[in-house]
Amino acid sequence: MYDMKALYQAKDVADAVALRMAHPEAQIIAGGSDVLVQMREGKRAGVELISIQGLNELRGVSLEDDGTLRIGSLTSFSHITRDPLIQKYINVLGEAVDQVGGPQIRNIGTIGGNTCNGVTSADSASTLHAYDAIVELTGPDGVRRQPIHDFYIKAGKVDIREGEIQTAILIPKESYENTFGHYIKYAMRNAMDIATLGTSVNVRLSADKKTVERARVAFGVAGPVPLRAATAEAVAAGKAVSMELAEAFSQAVKEDINPRDSWRAAKDFRMHIAVESAKRAFIESVKLAGGAL
Amino acid sequence: MEKHVTQVQTVHFNLNGKDVERTVDVRASLTDMLRNDFRMTSVKKGCEVGECGACNVLIDGEAFNSCIYLAVWAEGKKIRTLEGLLGPNGELSDIQQAFVDEAAIQCGFCTPGFILTAVEILESGKEYTDAELRKLLSGHLCRCTGYENILRAVKKTMYKRLGKPMPEN
Amino acid sequence: MSKCVGKSVIRVDAYEKATGRAKYMDDLCGREALVARICHSTIAHGFVKSIDTAEAEAVPGVVRVLTCFDVPDLPFPTAGHPWSTDPGHQDVADRLLLNRHVRYYGDDVAVVIADNEVAAAQAVRALKVEYEELPFVLDVQKAMESDAPQIHEEFPGNVLKHTDIRRGNYEEARKEPGLIKVEGWYDTPTVQHCHIENHGCFAYMEAGRVVVVSSTQIPHIVRRVVGQALGLPWGKVRIVKPYIGGGFGNKQDALYEPLCAWCSTQVGGRLVKLECAREETFVSNRVRHAIRTHIISYVRPDGTLVARKFEAFSNQGAYASHGHGVVAKGMGAFPQLYPCDNLECDCWTVFTNRPAAGAMRGYGIPQAMFAGESHIDDICKAINMTPLEFRRKNLMPVGYVDGFSKNELYTDTFNQCLEKGMAAIDYERKVAAYQNQTGPVRKGIGLAVFWYNTAVWPISLESSSCRMVLNQDGSLQFQTGETEIGQGCDTAYSQMVADAVGIPVEDVHVVSSQDTDVTPFGTGAYASRQTYVGSFAIQQTATALRERILNIAHEQTRMPVSNLDLVDGQIVRKSDGRILKSLGDLATESLYSLEHSQHITAETTAQIKTNAYSFGCSFAEVEVDIPMCKVKLLNIVNVHDCGRLINPALAEAQVHGGMSMAIGYGLSEELKFDEKTGKPLNNNLLDYKLSTFMDHPTLQAEFVENPEPTSPFGTKALGEPPACSPAPAIRNAILNATGVAIDCCPITPHVLYRKFKEAGLITD
Repeated sequence: MYDMKALYQAKDVADAVALRMAHPEAQIIAGGSDVLVQMREGKRAGVELISIQGLNELRGVSLEDDGTLRIGSLTSFSHITRDPLIQKYINVLGEAVDQVGGPQIRNIGTIGGNTCNGVTSADSASTLHAYDAIVELTGPDGVRRQPIHDFYIKAGKVDIREGEIQTAILIPKESYENTFGHYIKYAMRNAMDIATLGTSVNVRLSADKKTVERARVAFGVAGPVPLRAATAEAVAAGKAVSMELAEAFSQAVKEDINPRDSWRAAKDFRMHIAVESAKRAFIESVKLAGGAL
Repeated sequence: MEKHVTQVQTVHFNLNGKDVERTVDVRASLTDMLRNDFRMTSVKKGCEVGECGACNVLIDGEAFNSCIYLAVWAEGKKIRTLEGLLGPNGELSDIQQAFVDEAAIQCGFCTPGFILTAVEILESGKEYTDAELRKLLSGHLCRCTGYENILRAVKKTMYKRLGKPMPEN
Repeated sequence: MSKCVGKSVIRVDAYEKATGRAKYMDDLCGREALVARICHSTIAHGFVKSIDTAEAEAVPGVVRVLTCFDVPDLPFPTAGHPWSTDPGHQDVADRLLLNRHVRYYGDDVAVVIADNEVAAAQAVRALKVEYEELPFVLDVQKAMESDAPQIHEEFPGNVLKHTDIRRGNYEEARKEPGLIKVEGWYDTPTVQHCHIENHGCFAYMEAGRVVVVSSTQIPHIVRRVVGQALGLPWGKVRIVKPYIGGGFGNKQDALYEPLCAWCSTQVGGRLVKLECAREETFVSNRVRHAIRTHIISYVRPDGTLVARKFEAFSNQGAYASHGHGVVAKGMGAFPQLYPCDNLECDCWTVFTNRPAAGAMRGYGIPQAMFAGESHIDDICKAINMTPLEFRRKNLMPVGYVDGFSKNELYTDTFNQCLEKGMAAIDYERKVAAYQNQTGPVRKGIGLAVFWYNTAVWPISLESSSCRMVLNQDGSLQFQTGETEIGQGCDTAYSQMVADAVGIPVEDVHVVSSQDTDVTPFGTGAYASRQTYVGSFAIQQTATALRERILNIAHEQTRMPVSNLDLVDGQIVRKSDGRILKSLGDLATESLYSLEHSQHITAETTAQIKTNAYSFGCSFAEVEVDIPMCKVKLLNIVNVHDCGRLINPALAEAQVHGGMSMAIGYGLSEELKFDEKTGKPLNNNLLDYKLSTFMDHPTLQAEFVENPEPTSPFGTKALGEPPACSPAPAIRNAILNATGVAIDCCPITPHVLYRKFKEAGLITD
């Protein structure tokens, strides 16, 4: 039995927005794998909840007319992994969220919840950052779209405004087209774990597969929120594919990341793993793109 | 301290093939409802935060930790618990029998949850490698078996259902 | 006579557990139960100055708030040891039901009883506890320093106990010229049992007595402790143990049964349930002792051990619980496993402000084997001898007799186990293949052996009682105080009973639940004792029952007892093998006889004054990804000589579980504490890394069966031994792969990063 003050169940998006306006202090609950756990801990005990769990209109993956990949915010991790559009255009995202917790958590956990909790270790977040995802929010004044980099304000805090709920994650065509990526979750065990460090790399190679046209890398747990490593990306852009490039690219991430010391892992250790993971994820991405190192 | 007025809601769902309804406290988890209102002892409480898998049930064919699932969300769902696997005369299903035969049961506390995930795996009709099976079963913790005989039981049943001989190792 | 023993009979409780029908504590509790919830201290050491309960009491649904100022002043011990009538051998009574002097972060200071769990949780949060904080200490050796915080007034210097072993003359012997000195410090972590069912219990009063239904391994011991804690005559307490979801030693302590029983007495005997949340199980139950071990060995270049020093510092945590017995058992292994003429061994058990350490699978031996077997490989490296050769030369020889326990190594079990393990893992070939590796990813292979003493004689009482009650159909109920906790003893017992009495196993009905009102006295499940100790009581009681049966058969058939036998549930005339009648017919006739009605039962107590060595080894093969600081366990084999196998399939399953626990011990599990506050950091199943389904290779269990001569069924310990040697085998495999000698477990990526940097294998 959960210590909640009241439960409001939204019937549709408009109803959810109305409930948000009527109960500004209430906490939104999508799947429950974060909110209910915190409620039981006492952190969110006694609060009101607005459940959007029943909004099936927010589930599923589709392709918009301009080629934008649209992932409904309530799409569960397991459904993302199994989705043919995801597998075709941004398979790395499916692979990343397939490493969240265990199967039951991947059935209940949603990509919306994973991003709205503002946690740096979220397995989806680094890949979404690495693909310049757009967050779609629906509020009383309609729909607002915001780049994911701006959506994260600080650890545990995202830019959801009065009356808003997150309704979709969008991946622009320009971002995923002809791009191949690899995610490395570094954790202390192989299932049921949160990332000590998450590394998501994707590359676009030239037609002859000899040159890196564009490389992107984002990390989880390398800072208070997921972050991109711009220096490393610049190092790789336009360069010839080689092992030396993989090395230079990975060494350059040190300029961009700022992991902290915590009981979970030391800063220098995370730094070391970030470099090694960036290298391996870069090499793997290049191979997926058809390049040879 | 603010006085709490109990908020209740009537939930209609299908439990192990039977349509049921219950009026529940909205604060109840699905575990609470299944254990307290339906006395389903197969739904176990091991951590209550979705980390052990002992409370696992199938909702519309997918495995969920019922401890972090609100009872009211069951509305309109098809829910299966271990109690639903048993035949009319108490016959064990093939996967339960495999757990028995392979000595995959020790203290028995993780067993129901594991068996239900195994049901989801088996009902997919697919053939999985050992590594895939390990991943599909990884949402359950067990401290007695080292998972070894559980893997054997699931694998054996998978091949039996597929009508194929089980490969050596 | 052996028809059933030795066969892989299906577990007697398999059907109930496979259907979810088996009833555990919470399944038996009435839904009307009041809920008790504990308020735990949020400081590691200090005194409770006051507790303001007003706001908590005002929470709707709260029935009673009880604090450390309300409890009886009756200190009680909690360890699941047999009671000793000699005060000098009694466990330390050092805690109250709720404590004003709080000694760890998570100590029990108050309890709320409410009519629902939400109200109970709200009320606990609403309690205002004021503390007088004191300095605290988490490290075992720092706790021994002169200026360390004092945790128990009765134990100045925080030392609960110190014992030693001396043999020969260490100081003189080590002066021999040409000796090679090998020295190491080895640290093992605080870990938790993580049985999937948390501890919990419910209590109510009936007919002026208090009844507690509990998830425990030791109902008869818990009855005594509840009596001691509440100041009740022991007969006023009744404990019922239903199926339990694992124990592994944690539930070999009186945990919250005394508090729950007391709560019921404070609300007019109403039904009160106290269930631990997982977070509480980690901190406020029991943990495994973290032990720091220092070993110095003086060795001749040919591998002869000349002089050895052993020092172990055992982190007891806040309360005595099982206390010194744990590290003392570990130290006991040291001189026996590798006999050496000149020894100085010391061990200390020291209070700290960590959670109380109690029994956990292996009882000091996993710690001792990690230190001892790691050290053996360090010696091998120093003198350039193979780990196999050194062990063959120095391990306990056949015919070795321990002076204290009188245990004897009857057979060449170590070499047999090693041979079997080597074959299973293809040892020789892999050792050769893994020499002189370079590169970032390297493979290695390692081994470790273990020593484990079955049961607790002669340190403590070993006795077991059992009762057999014959039914009209010739089947029987079997009851014993030794408990089924998942390990399978009910099944093993049913097999032994079947063979010992002479009836089919289907006719043995094991009463799985213990109820101290009706179950014969037995101390419960621990020390891997059940199969060994229970076998004596079963054999003895079966003999008594058979004698009664055959006497009645004589009455009914007029054949002399000497010409009668009971075989497979039939009364047989020995001279011609003719079946005279079935046991069912005999029992029915006996019970309803108008001339001589007899209820056929037997009940005896067997006191056991022997003990048995259980031995074996582990082989592990690893792949070490040096830049990623990761170890992948590729293969692992355990080989055990636990005497004759009663049920091979269940024995194998037991070994798998122990190996799994030991893999976690070696590579990932550790309960961590904040150095600044003493607060536990990872007391949940997400942050505490016990192995998941994806963290193991195939677990291979092998057996060598040398029947144990002291046991009626040739059996000895298997429950704990599987957890004893895998961790050092993994550690030694990493040494083999990388040349880096790790000095602690768990060997996490954090540890490897530090060690690889020191060794120059990683340069940032």
